[in-house]
Amino acid sequence: MTEILEAIQSAFPSADVGILTNPSPCAQHSLLVAGKDALDVAKFLRDGLGYDFCSNVSGVDWPPKKVREVVVRKETVDGVESEVKETIEREVPGYLEVVYHLFSIAKRLGPVILRLRTGNRSDEVSLPSLTPVWKSADFQEREIYDLYGIHFEGHPDLRRLLMWEEFTDYPMRKDYVAPDDYEYEPTPHDEILAKVGPPKEVA
Amino acid sequence: MNVTLDGETVVKLQPVFGYLHRNHEKIAEGNSWLAAVPYTDRLDYICPLTNNWAYTLAVETLAGLEVPERAEYIRIITAELTRLQNHVAFMGFILADMGAWGSALMYAFREREKILDLFEALTGARMMCNYMRFGGCRCDLPSGWLESAGQLVEGFPAFLDEMEALLTGNEILLARLQGVAPLTPERAINGGLSGPILRAAGVDYDIRKVDNYGLYSRFKFRVPRGRVGDCYDRFMIRVLEARESVEILKQALVGIPDGPVVNPKAKQRGFRPPAGEAYGRIEGPKGELGFYLISDGSDRPYRFRVRPPSLINLTLLEELCLGTKIADVMVILGSIDIVLGEVDR
Repeated sequence: MTEILEAIQSAFPSADVGILTNPSPCAQHSLLVAGKDALDVAKFLRDGLGYDFCSNVSGVDWPPKKVREVVVRKETVDGVESEVKETIEREVPGYLEVVYHLFSIAKRLGPVILRLRTGNRSDEVSLPSLTPVWKSADFQEREIYDLYGIHFEGHPDLRRLLMWEEFTDYPMRKDYVAPDDYEYEPTPHDEILAKVGPPKEVA
Repeated sequence: MNVTLDGETVVKLQPVFGYLHRNHEKIAEGNSWLAAVPYTDRLDYICPLTNNWAYTLAVETLAGLEVPERAEYIRIITAELTRLQNHVAFMGFILADMGAWGSALMYAFREREKILDLFEALTGARMMCNYMRFGGCRCDLPSGWLESAGQLVEGFPAFLDEMEALLTGNEILLARLQGVAPLTPERAINGGLSGPILRAAGVDYDIRKVDNYGLYSRFKFRVPRGRVGDCYDRFMIRVLEARESVEILKQALVGIPDGPVVNPKAKQRGFRPPAGEAYGRIEGPKGELGFYLISDGSDRPYRFRVRPPSLINLTLLEELCLGTKIADVMVILGSIDIVLGEVDR
């Protein structure tokens, strides 16, 4: 993984790329790439390093979480300086993540894992689409747009894949609350009844 | 599918998904690690045992679990039987797509049923097997199972011969399949195709050979490839792969050792893998079936992602169908071999 990182850094010295280590025994580490460099890095991985097969594209939701930290603070009380330890709660902002699993069919290498992160979790977040580089990301990015709400810039046909067009929420996000009944549709009862008119009296 | 036609020629095609969507990934994220195993049966309901294997393999990669040798052999045997019945069912279904509704499908299903009987004897269910566990399998083989599996495998090449005599030289089949929707290796790789249809396009890539997961490195088998990647190659590749599966099965049924079928250290209920993530994949009958799992150290998956070969193999469907006749669209779709339970999840 470090060789790949060095190759990317020598090709794009200004690129914002780093390695994210994975504590699991399988040690599948990943490359964290800034959104602005993603397309360049992806093209380099495909054409320069031979990672021609983009197998899997997944979205991951990381909601904001609270982290407790111990901070040492200097305090002066009545002219005496003392160190005070204090536990503060800091909120780490949430973000959405897209993970690409790449393989090389010719060289039989892989997986190289590419991660892109959004700045926040609002409904208007966007990342560059890698579908122009690997066509196989097409439906999978559409699925992530559908279920996570990440807009992929440069995607040829970004529509909802699994949910229906009129659906407005993003079901795979961690804070999604499923409705009691998906089938419920409000029908305009009163308007219809007004059109029909009062019930006729049966003689 | 929304198909736009010019006369009988396809000028635009848009697959429409979601009619079988139940958000399998979300359900799995709300349940324990073990509770996801029976749900994987329902992904590609034609081949439940390979789905089980892909998921347990991903979990074992994540947690670094060893699998006993006998369990690996049972997994290979059940996976190759699954591949056989999937490819046999495919041969029947594609004939049905061509309008030969009935005979070929019934022949295929007669043979598939024998394999499902074996699954029933082993797991208790024909299709929803729920058989594999983290670090092994749920139960050992029942007595006499290996003998009946051996008999089936012994008789299988004769059935394939019969099927080939019936089909491969058939004039109508050749007219409907040959030269329809050819595919170059470059397009197939870029489109993310995997499994038989990638190899039909001439790419030598079989995850059983590449990753050497399980104990596949011990077995001798060949990886068939197509020449032009048309529908006929996609059909023939299944026949040839079924023959190779028979070879693997013959070796596995002889070589299966005694021993435990599940790693005693592996915890099933209340299983908590260490925090981290893993991507595990196998060569499923339909292509690369992968599971991407993220654990935060708790008793349920933080992220559970299925890499569905059926969905991703449809990426190039429009490209394959453009310029062909409307009657060919069904055959092209049939030659890709999808199961909608896996497309929509």
